[in-house]
Amino acid sequence: MWETLAQAVINGLLIGGIYALVSIGVTLIFGVVKIVNFAQGEFVMLGMYISFFLATQFGIDPLVSLVVSMPVLFVAGVLIQHFLIRRVLGPNDMPQIFLTFALSLLLLNLSLMLFSANYRTVHTSYSDEAWHIGGLYIPVAKLIAFAVAMALSGLLWVFLHTTDLGRAMRAASQNRDVAMLMGINPNRVFAVAFGTALALAGAAGSLLMPFYSAYPFVGQVFVLMAFVAVVMGTLGNVMGALVASLMMGIAESLGIQFVGADSGLIVVFALLLLTLAFRPSGLGARRSR
Amino acid sequence: MLELSRVSASYGSVPAITDISISIGEGEAVGLLGANGAGKSTTLRAVSGLVKLFGGKVTFDGIDLATLPPYRIPELGIAHVPEGRQVFPEMTVQENLEIGAYTPKAKADRARTMELVYSIFPRLADRRKQLAGTMSGGEQQMVAVGRGLMLKPRLLMLDEPSLGLAPVMTDVTFEKIGEIHKMGTAILLVEQNVSRALSLVQRAYVLESGNVIMQGSSAELANNKQVQAAYLGI
Repeated sequence: MWETLAQAVINGLLIGGIYALVSIGVTLIFGVVKIVNFAQGEFVMLGMYISFFLATQFGIDPLVSLVVSMPVLFVAGVLIQHFLIRRVLGPNDMPQIFLTFALSLLLLNLSLMLFSANYRTVHTSYSDEAWHIGGLYIPVAKLIAFAVAMALSGLLWVFLHTTDLGRAMRAASQNRDVAMLMGINPNRVFAVAFGTALALAGAAGSLLMPFYSAYPFVGQVFVLMAFVAVVMGTLGNVMGALVASLMMGIAESLGIQFVGADSGLIVVFALLLLTLAFRPSGLGARRSR
Repeated sequence: MLELSRVSASYGSVPAITDISISIGEGEAVGLLGANGAGKSTTLRAVSGLVKLFGGKVTFDGIDLATLPPYRIPELGIAHVPEGRQVFPEMTVQENLEIGAYTPKAKADRARTMELVYSIFPRLADRRKQLAGTMSGGEQQMVAVGRGLMLKPRLLMLDEPSLGLAPVMTDVTFEKIGEIHKMGTAILLVEQNVSRALSLVQRAYVLESGNVIMQGSSAELANNKQVQAAYLGI
């Protein structure tokens, strides 16, 4: 019993690291640019395909192709922000919702057309490798993915708290007008935030590739969990999204283990509703001023 | 140094200020006085580019500010301490000050300016690691003014620094503003607390319904019957 529980927690924690990369991106965009990016999952999907093609065409390990998927998606994010999102930022948020939703549908259908609906996998030397510690089973590919995800989250935290550009991003997310009074160019900050968020999604894709199949709709699995984690961890709060993602991963895994193989999400949403009932602004909200 | 000539600006279709002309010289302390809704804050926002002009011109050292995006205006040396303090609540005191020196020129002197700010507001030095949003109103006002000073401004625009402060904190705040002015920074002070403001500034403009209705030296205004009746309760 205890072993089963511990195993379920480990499984959940490991996949929670991937959820964290996706949800941190969503919450970063929401916090800084003040829009909801419904297409975030599709950028995970693109990251996976980038790693898939680099692996099958050039034999590059998916973990190595992270150094391609991240910059490519960063640039894509900057361009999307500059040429699309920037034009619809304004008092009315309907155009923004439709824009990112349309972007999601466009990328889904483009990838269906270009890559077909087939499931693509990359087999690496460590794909089937696992450590047995006590009675516990720890798959190496997932452990690496988790470790890299945590390292990238840590790097983002350092960037946001110790660099001028990072601080400018936090300032713009807390008060855009006053940020301008400091001399911060909001368009520049938004572009970096959007690019960074997409780079994290790309990283999630590459990290998934050794143990997860790529297919056009794969992003939807992750974006749903990401949105739950973003709400639960308080909108715009990076640390909150990280913690909530790990919790959601564990909740889902416990649900699969103890409620039913198809019922992981029941536990996830029950936990979300319970959290919001007691902390309507999420776990990351400061209670007193 | 700063010149507003016949400036008009609005929020939506309601004009907030019409045909406002004011000027501030190097190192001067000037007040912008009047009741709530007279257009004082809008005047400052017009300088900072946070509200679009529909008439008139704002120049700083002869540069037409309408030609610059709002985030380029601080580079000229204009710091705007907004109404209600508006510190970055989820950042520490120190981070608030650091972000105040974001322009390249201010950044070069960041450490030195920060020491100066901490010497003016020793209380902030004790609290440098505290999140600004968890501080009292008076302390937040110190953060907001300190953040403005980090720009090493030639002109410091202060919007209602006494708003919501206990009388003793208001005393401290005005005393500090006086110190800052003595160091050579020009001050444009927006205040509802007219008697307080007149004791600090050299000249002032009185605004009513978006228009300048009176201007003069502090002494003239303090002795003016109309000002006394309307704002000083004499």
